[in-house]
Amino acid sequence: MSPAALKDAALTALVALALFAPLVGLRTDVAPAGGLYLRQRWDDVAILVALAFAARLALLAWRGQRRLPTASTAPGWWEAPLRRLGALAAPLLLAVAVLLPLGAFSWDLGAFAIPAVTGRYELDLGILVLTYVMLGWGLNIVVGLAGLLDLGYVAFYAVGAYSYALLATHFGWSFWLCLPLAGILAAFWGVLLGFPVLRLRGDYLAIVTLAFGEIIRILLVNWVSLTGGPNGIGGIPRPTFFGLTFSLSGGPGTFAGFFGIEPDPSHRVVFLYYLILGLALLTNWVSIRLRRQPLGRAWEALREDEIACRALGINITVTKLTAFAIGAMFGGFAGAFFATRQAFVSPESFTFIESAIILAIVVLGGMGSQIGVAVAALVMIGGFELFRDLQEWRMLVFGAAMVAIMVLRPRGLVASRTPTVTLTGRKRAISGELVGEGHG
Amino acid sequence: MSAPAAPLLSLDGVSARYGAVEALRGVSLHVGRGEIVTLIGANGAGKSTLLMTICGAPRAHAGRIVFDGRDITALPTHAIMRLGLAQVPEGRRVFPRMTVLENLLMGAEVAGHDPAEDLEAVFALFPRLRERQGQRGGTLSGGEQQMLAIGRALMARPKLLLLDEPSLGLAPLVVRQIFATIRDLNLRTGLTVLLVEQNANLALRLAHRGYVLVTGRITMQGTGAELLARQEVRDAYLGTGR
Repeated sequence: MSPAALKDAALTALVALALFAPLVGLRTDVAPAGGLYLRQRWDDVAILVALAFAARLALLAWRGQRRLPTASTAPGWWEAPLRRLGALAAPLLLAVAVLLPLGAFSWDLGAFAIPAVTGRYELDLGILVLTYVMLGWGLNIVVGLAGLLDLGYVAFYAVGAYSYALLATHFGWSFWLCLPLAGILAAFWGVLLGFPVLRLRGDYLAIVTLAFGEIIRILLVNWVSLTGGPNGIGGIPRPTFFGLTFSLSGGPGTFAGFFGIEPDPSHRVVFLYYLILGLALLTNWVSIRLRRQPLGRAWEALREDEIACRALGINITVTKLTAFAIGAMFGGFAGAFFATRQAFVSPESFTFIESAIILAIVVLGGMGSQIGVAVAALVMIGGFELFRDLQEWRMLVFGAAMVAIMVLRPRGLVASRTPTVTLTGRKRAISGELVGEGHG
Repeated sequence: MSAPAAPLLSLDGVSARYGAVEALRGVSLHVGRGEIVTLIGANGAGKSTLLMTICGAPRAHAGRIVFDGRDITALPTHAIMRLGLAQVPEGRRVFPRMTVLENLLMGAEVAGHDPAEDLEAVFALFPRLRERQGQRGGTLSGGEQQMLAIGRALMARPKLLLLDEPSLGLAPLVVRQIFATIRDLNLRTGLTVLLVEQNANLALRLAHRGYVLVTGRITMQGTGAELLARQEVRDAYLGTGR
């Protein structure tokens, strides 16, 4: 054990001490008498610091034998198989997504009796994951394709949710009428945000969009007469299946009554599941189509080099505003879905952390990659649920996973980009190797 | 060679500033159809600013810019570029993560015609680009990137090609190839070129006419050969004096 290694480990322990002393050592608890008191947990701190010290020593000893993996934007070992399976992987994921609700029922097919393998919980989780897949794909248009760093995407989610909530509760308009309206309103707000930030890039753009997200949230909290303020809006009508409600009465005019089946609360959940699956797939389809259009190529060119775009006569204003508008529109659709699913909206659902999670999904997935974003949403949201038993520690797992990805794969899980056009018809994916982040 | 009666591009007393800095002070010049005109000058003389001002960024605050019989002084950049100007920006600025083919198609985006024919023409001009069509722009060598930038500009079928320092950072041999291609294009297709260069020797040999820009003003003009023969030009820009 060299003195240098000991010194390094001691430094690590010192950093750990500085971090854990306030975070773990001091804790406010409710006293038996009712008041708050400060509980001190120095023994826990000592254990953690000792762990950090030992782990650092072990890491140094291990690194002495072999080199640490370094940051790489080269194609990961999973990218080539993923691409080879590309024609298979995406449909496979899609098939799982489509078939998932069927597992919620037990099927009696003559000789076979298939029991229910998934339940209400899996379906709800599926809906949650798909909502984030859709939000990820929506934000991917703005951040991944057009390269405009947007930290306030949740604002459009909120606009969509409140649009549906207000239109449905005040005017009694149906979900299918309100859905496009919510999208249009969100797109309108996207353009409204787009105008003042036309000249901004990078950090400055991020700050303004961050502020925009907060402005919308604070507006929702304070405009009590319209939005109900912090109390939110409740009693939002649930969606209907072409006019058939999912009521448990089973009478005429209900889904169960019309089809002559036993009323079951899971019908609505399955319907909501397929609804968000359809919306997410629509987002994906539109993104893929647009990427091959001149507009989509202009977005990507804008991400690469704004000055070159100007020199080629591309209208930067229109290109940026359409990216904001279309990205926001899908956020609005997702928001309307969120409102109808929850039957209740309040500003609490639209805090900055939501924007951060959606952006993390896009960045971790690999900016601009559709399948990467879907996988990242599955891992982030699903993984978050998986570690629910860890309680407060799951934030730690989450943070560690983020750090690991950013160290090992700074360009995200799927860093390569598929060309939008080839003359030979053969599409070779372009690796992210040797291209610096942001500026190539 | 004398310019035809109505020049393709003419600048009349154009001034432009970057913030408080007066970068161009009453510049007048013209480029006739089928001509190669070069603009030489030292670092910071305003050569690139002049090209950018023609494109409307920064905007000229005095004077008039007429292209193809139309006053473009106040038009927005994207509208100017749609009239038949194409710019090869300084430092090439290819789109690094997009393929060579995608880069080229970006050039045709604004022109609104079927790019297939132009693509063939560019590939015929630069066979190297055909070989590398599936490769990312950022992985090309400097010379290939310059070819790509020129090819991209040609995709729009421009009447006037604005070239900003095509020799920047390239090996002498590659520079000569690029200049030969420009001459060839001009001879074959009658493409009009406005070339901004620091490499005055090569530029004046290539061009029919030239202008010398010093701190935002045109101080000399003449045919390429005339300017090459002038002692002041030789001293200041060719490093052959003394």
